[in-house]
Amino acid sequence: MILTAALMTAFPAIADDRVPPVTDPVVIKECGSCHMPFQPVFLPARSWSALLQGLGDHFGEDATLPPETVGIISAYMTADAGDVTGQGVGRKFMRWVAPGSTPNRITENPAFLKEHNFPDPVWKDPKVVTKSNCLACHPAAASGRFE
Amino acid sequence: MNRRSLLAIALAILPIVALAADPRRDAMLSDYAAEARRLDAGFTAFSPQRGETLFRTAWNGGDARTSSCTACHTANPRQAGRNAKTGRPIEPVAVSANPRRFTDKVEVEKHFLRDCKSVLGRECTALEKGDYITFMAGQ
Ligand code: HEC
Repeated sequence: MILTAALMTAFPAIADDRVPPVTDPVVIKECGSCHMPFQPVFLPARSWSALLQGLGDHFGEDATLPPETVGIISAYMTADAGDVTGQGVGRKFMRWVAPGSTPNRITENPAFLKEHNFPDPVWKDPKVVTKSNCLACHPAAASGRFE
Repeated sequence: MNRRSLLAIALAILPIVALAADPRRDAMLSDYAAEARRLDAGFTAFSPQRGETLFRTAWNGGDARTSSCTACHTANPRQAGRNAKTGRPIEPVAVSANPRRFTDKVEVEKHFLRDCKSVLGRECTALEKGDYITFMAGQ
């Protein structure tokens, strides 16, 4: 721990790649029961709003939640969205997001694609299932370490 | 074996059975039973066999990735599963392996809605929900 902290102060670039983890218990419970609770910095606020308004058809799944719950999640995700915080990994991802666009997949962002240029068999691994399954290869992804 | 030793065994087993039972699950099942009776006056009791059929049948009614409940919960409910859409591991759904199952009505209703739409292409009925829980409670 101390060593990591010391390293991170010595090399701010490493610290920069750390993604602030999701800490809200509602977000962790509701989003996290089906997939890793993705960190808000990966999408702009307007994308989170659109995703949360469209939970009735969430990538083909009816992920409907009570309006109060949607409100809590939406407030949390938009407050720390990539275009709001404007630094670190969020900034890297937001560079590729056109001002008028509302992307809904983190895995289509060129910042993601550049780092995930693997041959097909890697993606076909039964533990992977889908590109959004960060945890298959990054066990500490939920705590913000995508190493 | 005489009667007395049978009684002794029964008393010894009782706490184990009581451990698996949960008043919240019982309440949930009586809610579903009331609803099932409202929809069909001929309803008598939930059936673990029908629950198992619901669980194992390839319905192919919803999402192509999830033709049956077993696509995510695996054929053995005492085993951990994996979400066929997201790859996320899922804890076992059998009550013996996971006593917290079917104790939170909001959670249970949420997943019946999602998972039945995903597999059957429609919501599950109160009868199906009660059958499913009864099957899993015996697993
Ligand atoms: C797309 C994958 C998937 C499929 C297919 C699926 N489930 Fe689930 N199910 C889940 C996930 C994810 C959870 C919540 C995670 C957890 O509780 O561990 C869950 C939880 C549940 C729960 C809540 C249990 C509790 O009390 O904790 C019920 C009820 C349920 N599923 C019923 C079903 C039924 C019935 C089917 C088939 C018609 C089915 N599931 C098919 C993924 C799936």
